[in-house]
Amino acid sequence: MSTLNLNELVRQAHEQNNYDPLISLIPYAKLLGIECLRLGDDMVFRLPANQDCIGNPTLPALHGGVIAGFMEHSAMLHLLMFMGIPHLPKIIDFSIDYLRAGHYRDTFVQCQVWRQGRRVANVAITAWQTNQTEPIATARAHFKVDEP
Amino acid sequence: MSDSPILERAQRFLSVLRHCQVLGMSVHSAKPDGLILRLPYSPQIVGNPETGVIHGGAITTLMDTTCGISTVCVLPEFEICPTLDLRIDYMHPAEPHKDVFGFAECYRVTPNVIFTRGYAYQDDPSQPIAHVVGAFMRMGKSAQSGKGVTASIQGGGQ
Repeated sequence: MSTLNLNELVRQAHEQNNYDPLISLIPYAKLLGIECLRLGDDMVFRLPANQDCIGNPTLPALHGGVIAGFMEHSAMLHLLMFMGIPHLPKIIDFSIDYLRAGHYRDTFVQCQVWRQGRRVANVAITAWQTNQTEPIATARAHFKVDEP
Repeated sequence: MSDSPILERAQRFLSVLRHCQVLGMSVHSAKPDGLILRLPYSPQIVGNPETGVIHGGAITTLMDTTCGISTVCVLPEFEICPTLDLRIDYMHPAEPHKDVFGFAECYRVTPNVIFTRGYAYQDDPSQPIAHVVGAFMRMGKSAQSGKGVTASIQGGGQ
């Protein structure tokens, strides 16, 4: 997966409005079942309800780590798609606040890049299920975005 | 509390977490002073197909689980403790084709909140691949739904 290849894949995905080839590049994203929905200039990421993502069996609720992993990967994809970064951003740190239980149903994520410097990007990530105004978790992450 | 009830409770706790079973996680050790879980390397958790390095999300799942289950090391009886927050600092990428271990300890226990910290490592605990802190809410024994699961994790016919 060369630099050129990744740029080309992003361009094709935007053009054809089909992000599956980009997502299926990353085995972990396939394991979780992450999907990408383009709404105008916005990108919403979706994690369809999946038995394999359950942590707490009594509610049942999604595993907190799955929610975090989904949010982290969404932020990475968001940077890749919108910030013109020709390689996979590298995670520096990740901090998540769990606000509500993630129930066994579809989860959505949207990202906001607050700052992209030459070397580091700061991304805020919000996850929700029923309503965007009632997030189940918020997170922030720093990524290294310069050449590896 | 002797070590082995803690180990048994940690193993039972982990065994009901479906996603952790999917990742093949297991209890490496469980003592009053902390818990170590093991996450085996597998191609399905790779985050960078060029290098074979595992995804940060899998490390987060390992550490969220390790910090969460480490509460059994300090609580006399099993309580459901949902995660309030978790922060991970990545020191360096994990080496491909090697298992990752997660260590966590509870460094402060209050009636409502348990503060945990830990790290993830591969060969050498003094060279961690990530540092973690997390806070967990104590729901208490009375406020639990799903008594069956709670009792089966607690064990000892309680």
